[in-house]
Amino acid sequence: MSALQLSHDELVNVYRTMRMIRRFEERVMQEMGTGDIPGNTHLYAGQEASAVGVCLQLRDDDYISSTHRGHGHSIAKGVDIDSMMAELFGRASGTCGGKGGSQHIADLRKGMLGANGIVAAGAPITCGAALSAKLLGTGQVAVAFAGDGAMNEGVMSESFNLAKIWMLPIIFVIEDNGFGEATANAHVSAGSFTRRAESYDIPTIEVDGTDVFSVYAAAGEAVERARAGGGPTMLHVHVPRYYGHYSGDPDTYRTPEEKAAMRRERDCLGNFRKRVKDVSLVETAELDAVDEEVEAAIDRAVSAARAAPFPPMSALTTDVYVKYL
Amino acid sequence: MAQKSFRQALNEALHFEMGRDPRVIMMGEDLTGGAGANGVKDAWGGPFGVTRGLLDAFGPERIRDTPISEAAFIGAAAGAALTGLRPIAEIMFVDFAGVCLDQIMNQAAKFRYMFGGRAKTPLVVRATYGAGSRSGSQHTQALYPIFTHIPGLKVVIPSTPYDAKGLLLQAIRDDDPVIFLEHKMLYDTVGEVPDGAYTIPFGEARVARDGKDVLIVAIGRMVQVAEEAARKLAAEGISACIIDPRTTSPLDEDTLLEFTETIGRVVIVDEANPRCGVAADISALLADKCFDALKAPIKLVTAPHSPVPYAPNLEDAYIPSADAVVKAATSIIKR
Ligand SMILES: Cc1ncc(C[n+]2csc(CCOP(=O)(O)OP(=O)(O)O)c2C)c(N)n1
Ligand SMILES: [Mg+2]
Repeated sequence: MSALQLSHDELVNVYRTMRMIRRFEERVMQEMGTGDIPGNTHLYAGQEASAVGVCLQLRDDDYISSTHRGHGHSIAKGVDIDSMMAELFGRASGTCGGKGGSQHIADLRKGMLGANGIVAAGAPITCGAALSAKLLGTGQVAVAFAGDGAMNEGVMSESFNLAKIWMLPIIFVIEDNGFGEATANAHVSAGSFTRRAESYDIPTIEVDGTDVFSVYAAAGEAVERARAGGGPTMLHVHVPRYYGHYSGDPDTYRTPEEKAAMRRERDCLGNFRKRVKDVSLVETAELDAVDEEVEAAIDRAVSAARAAPFPPMSALTTDVYVKYL
Repeated sequence: MAQKSFRQALNEALHFEMGRDPRVIMMGEDLTGGAGANGVKDAWGGPFGVTRGLLDAFGPERIRDTPISEAAFIGAAAGAALTGLRPIAEIMFVDFAGVCLDQIMNQAAKFRYMFGGRAKTPLVVRATYGAGSRSGSQHTQALYPIFTHIPGLKVVIPSTPYDAKGLLLQAIRDDDPVIFLEHKMLYDTVGEVPDGAYTIPFGEARVARDGKDVLIVAIGRMVQVAEEAARKLAAEGISACIIDPRTTSPLDEDTLLEFTETIGRVVIVDEANPRCGVAADISALLADKCFDALKAPIKLVTAPHSPVPYAPNLEDAYIPSADAVVKAATSIIKR
């Protein structure tokens, strides 16, 4: 896939979204240090091209499900960053009214079925969304994002099987950053992920997740298959994880050298700039202007979040049920 | 006696028992942190630093970093327990029991009964529980009522560093499956802990504070809340007794009944959701067995019937507070 298949405006949008995710995460990391964002959070920095390349192939009403590392998927699917930032700060104006937090950001109006605190839990839920689309005849597709670590939960395999026997319009996007928390994937995973999916006759594609154009192309093939009634596809996307597992992780189990090399050699934003420059599709100055625009948007989101009120105390016991007599 | 943290007390128990009994093994996710990676080994010493140093002392055959496959490794731990090992398996957050409950509830808990008393399952499942860390609805529950409900499981909920060490040693030596629950907000609490090994029998409540006007029953982190409430009550001239059952299964009914008989006024504090909870369970026991000794209704102070919220102000309101305990106690004293 070459950059040439996207229009100038699409290219700028791709860059803007990736940049937005990167800076959102860097800013969240910084704000964690002030103590104003409660708890801990899992940052998506480094993995941006995966979420953006996949979601660029989706309609507004298509579904995605995400993981504990969910900010990037949410932004790529169009969830508003002001409400996301407010959610992280635990404020009433947050995406979930401050009741969910980082690991539970969901926006059903955007087809975003939720980050998830339980590893691999999104996969079967996404099968359900794909089943809805199929039985209701809406033409929607559903994407389940999951990590390499999630591949070792039994429910992943169960979901592969279900997706295939029901020929669901679903795409499993396995974002392999080489680690489940502090444990290297190689230490805990036997065989190969693609062969696991292929044993269910699910087509698979290995993808370089630092190249948004490769992700976009692979996702295009998968989405086309799903919409045409061809059933599930699995993408095995190789990505770097820039930060530790969570915001408080000292990340000493990786050497300083390998972390520096990762940031130097595996940067989807740097790759993008180089690719569009090579074919002179977007001016560098234009991308620099996007950087500034993103910066301003994030500043606004943080200031607004800080100024927003916490949820009212009554919110503690509402929403447990639609109606409870 | 040395002052040690709750975390260190648990770590000492694990070191001691693994050294004493070669059949004891451990498995769990990131028990060490850094397995298979290029940097520091045992980088985390466990997700909460409880298992630090065990890898160095006992090696990767006995300290097993698992895939994220709770159903498989909890089941494997149950099977290994049935066949000669004494596994300690860790579920990082008790909420994740949701993905492996079958192995706990239908398998390990029932082997002995279903097999006509011919099986032993010396399994310990350690897990963190509890609210207060701003972690949202899926990392904060106090699920001990679920386990307490299941015959065949023993359920241990230590509240002090001293109890944590003695109860964990007892749990590892026990021949039945034990669910051992550690409140994550207690890990940094400090108390007196002897250097050597000692055990605390299950089903023996601890009198955490003597008093005569009102009995406060509390477990786990709620013992701290009860203690704070007792100090406030003392300032008002009310003397509160605190009993910590320490294990909800078996439950020390005798001590609870004895103190209820003499004091006659009872408040039960429980961080779990109220329906079918431990507070409700103990209250039913007391109402059933010593109704005539009660001078006032039993008061329950629990979390509301809702998930744990993320926003700090809501999470703080979710957790039973000392003020709520004081209010409950005064309401039955000044009637
Ligand atoms: C069922 C379950 N087990 C364990 C955890 C704790 N946990 C949270 S994230 C994580 C690692 C997940 O690894 P991976 O799927 O590769 O995603 P990544 O963090 O690399 O994005 C673990 C073990 C959990 N949240 N849920
Ligand atoms: Mg991973």
